Amino acid sequence: MASVCFYFQVHQPFRLRRYSVFDTSHHYFDDQKNGDICRKVANKCYLPANQCIYDLIKLHEGRFKVSYALTGVVLDQFAAYCPEVMDSFKRLAGTGCVEFIAETYYHSLSFLYSTTEFVEQVGMQQAKIAELFGGYKSTTFRNTELIYNNEVAKAAHDMGFKAIIAEGADHLLGYRSPNFVYRPPNSPIKVLLKNFRLSDDIAFRFGNRGWAEWPLTAEKFAGWVNQVNGNGYTVNLFMDYETFGEHQWSYTGIFDFLYHLPGEVMRHPDNDFKTPGEVAAAHEAVGAYDAHHLISWADTERDLSAWLGNAMQSNALQEAYNLEKDIKKMGDAELLSDWRKLLTSDHYYYMCTKYFADGDVHKYFNPYESPYDSYINFMNVLDNISSRAKK
Amino acid sequence: MRIFMLGWEFPPFISGGLGTACYGLTKALNQLGHEVIFVLPQVVHGTESTHVLLKTPTQSQMSIASFAACEQLGYRAFQDPDMKNVELRSIPSGLSPYARPDMYEATTTTPGELHTVIDPVTGQLVQIPQANAADAPTSVINASKPAAQSSGHYGGDMFAEVHRYARIAMQMAIGEQFDVIHAHDWMTYPAGLAVAAISGKPLVVHVHSTEFDRSGEHVNQRIYDLERQGMQGATRIIPVSYLTRNLILRHYGASPEKIDVVYNAVEFNGENGPMPPPPSAIKRDEKIVLFLGRITMQKGPEYFLAAAKKVLDYVPNVRFIMAGSGDLIRSSIEMAAAMGIGHKVLFTGFLRGDDVARVFKMADLYVMPSVSEPFGIAPLEALANDTPVLISKQSGVSEIITHALKVDFWDIDEMANKIIAVLRHPPLQATLREHGNFEVRQLTWRDSAQGCVDVYEKMIASRR
Repeated sequence: MASVCFYFQVHQPFRLRRYSVFDTSHHYFDDQKNGDICRKVANKCYLPANQCIYDLIKLHEGRFKVSYALTGVVLDQFAAYCPEVMDSFKRLAGTGCVEFIAETYYHSLSFLYSTTEFVEQVGMQQAKIAELFGGYKSTTFRNTELIYNNEVAKAAHDMGFKAIIAEGADHLLGYRSPNFVYRPPNSPIKVLLKNFRLSDDIAFRFGNRGWAEWPLTAEKFAGWVNQVNGNGYTVNLFMDYETFGEHQWSYTGIFDFLYHLPGEVMRHPDNDFKTPGEVAAAHEAVGAYDAHHLISWADTERDLSAWLGNAMQSNALQEAYNLEKDIKKMGDAELLSDWRKLLTSDHYYYMCTKYFADGDVHKYFNPYESPYDSYINFMNVLDNISSRAKK
Repeated sequence: MRIFMLGWEFPPFISGGLGTACYGLTKALNQLGHEVIFVLPQVVHGTESTHVLLKTPTQSQMSIASFAACEQLGYRAFQDPDMKNVELRSIPSGLSPYARPDMYEATTTTPGELHTVIDPVTGQLVQIPQANAADAPTSVINASKPAAQSSGHYGGDMFAEVHRYARIAMQMAIGEQFDVIHAHDWMTYPAGLAVAAISGKPLVVHVHSTEFDRSGEHVNQRIYDLERQGMQGATRIIPVSYLTRNLILRHYGASPEKIDVVYNAVEFNGENGPMPPPPSAIKRDEKIVLFLGRITMQKGPEYFLAAAKKVLDYVPNVRFIMAGSGDLIRSSIEMAAAMGIGHKVLFTGFLRGDDVARVFKMADLYVMPSVSEPFGIAPLEALANDTPVLISKQSGVSEIITHALKVDFWDIDEMANKIIAVLRHPPLQATLREHGNFEVRQLTWRDSAQGCVDVYEKMIASRR
């Protein structure tokens, strides 16, 4: 028996506008660019992908299931820039075949800096999900960018979650397979591990003509899933939702692949689709996944160096969280919201100098010409926010 | 491979990037085992001291006969003890790398010190005025005494001098064995073409700068013509960046197939001595922002000063140092005074040797606001000295340095924004310094020289 468990990350940050040290305005975000990007990605990915998933659920009469983690900031942007995306998610929620996963509202690194802020942001995201999807309550948690260790797992358990999602890092698994359910050594929460080889085959390698397995067909991929049978009971395919149509463009055939995959997987009678909550409920943990050090799903290092790899990043994060007390004391909702939007991890990712000279994936996602420009811009905004907190 | 190179300046008389590049390339060619006959114009000084030794026939691989021929022609042969494969030949001439023909007219009423040399072609005694930017005062940090006007003076028409130089170089080439000719910048192009004509060997012209970089819209037609002839007549062209390559394609009608970009580099000696104490004129709590280069239109000194004014309105405890000399030094001093920041801007005059390293190490940030910079070696030197850099996007060096702040030269607000950020946020300075220093170590003259050798081989192969 092998289940395929899809979880899609849906997120867009509030990108900052160009903000010089001489600026004094309290308006920090690039509404034009954020709106443009949100609408562009909606047309290339969210709308066609949601339609495809909806059609698949109908076609397979409820046997095809998926899960989403929607950040609060992407939901805010759907509401502002493309409400039709919100409607299509509501329609998906109505099928009963979709699980919504909990995470921090601002897609932040708050777990590392402030437990108070972390708990508040998870609460905010859950309130938003409940509001949008008829009182929905998540049972599965994922932390920003799958940043994870035993403490994150314990915190999720303490907040009442039954399952948590993490990267299936080779150095922690050793000879073991990610296709089982695990638990942390310090709490009874279930841990679902990303099968990064099969996930990345879709998310990163699908359209790569230099890849030995290109072209990847649904049939071929289903064959790989079948190989798991008897050697595990879940294939956790965790990826950015933007994989469909945005990272892998439509012409690569990614939508055809998605459309045909469920049928090919379920051609084998032992296979099915489950959401993370269902996987966790169906299986006992086979052993401990012991993560003392923080891991993530980023880059080949699977560590925090994409957000905390240089002095600028750690300085910007430290300075941002240093304002927490002052800002919360002010009781100014707009100020608090502006500050929280700065906590979104993307701002720190833009400051990453790792691989910068090689011009790779980091550059693709970066609205700035250089990590230095992003730091300077961010610090100018933070400086202005800080002056508002001290009035 | 044996290269007949028409170059500029050898230590300690290096006044800018052109000399630095010629020296760096030649040294690396020597290390790669290639032989170089390095010809350069040199004013004859009575008591000059240099580590380059006057060569005598016994120390030389040259035959006594050819050495005597040298003497007879009036040029001198030298050898740098560190470069066994390089023969230096200096032709007495007033040519200097950054001279402008119009300077001649401006300064004929106050002639400089004259040097008597033998014109090797006519055999007559001629007088050449001293002309070398390196001869400008080198006193450190002295705001009240700006460097004297130090552009080239010529005891005659500069173009006539360029052609006289070409004639001597041509005579020198007779009887020499070499495989290729390599000429650096326009004043040596006629010489390069002449040597190519009589020897039948292929010529590569190395474009470190064009008339469009130096003069913007006010192009000197005669210089442009010489540049164009050089580029058209050469077998291949080496520009120092894609910026320069594109300019050559746009303005000089050269075929893109014969152009190969070879970037410059920086000599990294690995010495990172202790931080020198700041001169007494600068308070210890003051930050230092540095401009280092010729103070000419091309280098954008006025943009530096305009940005300085904006920075000082925001961060008062900063000192701006302008190191270098040039025709805009007086107007720059006046501009600083007019903006009311005269007391915050220090003019040091032309610096060299240890003073350059010292001023780089003192600075919190090096700014190169060039309007049009074919390459720009100084930012590499700054990075090699652990000083972060802010460079104009209109520079060749910005094509290869990623760990630098970049700005359009005309964007004063953004320049000030970035300067302020470096001064206010030590982590920014630290990250730039750490990554920049690492990055700059990967740029070596050996690779640049190898790039030139590849071009030589292409030229020779195409002749077979």
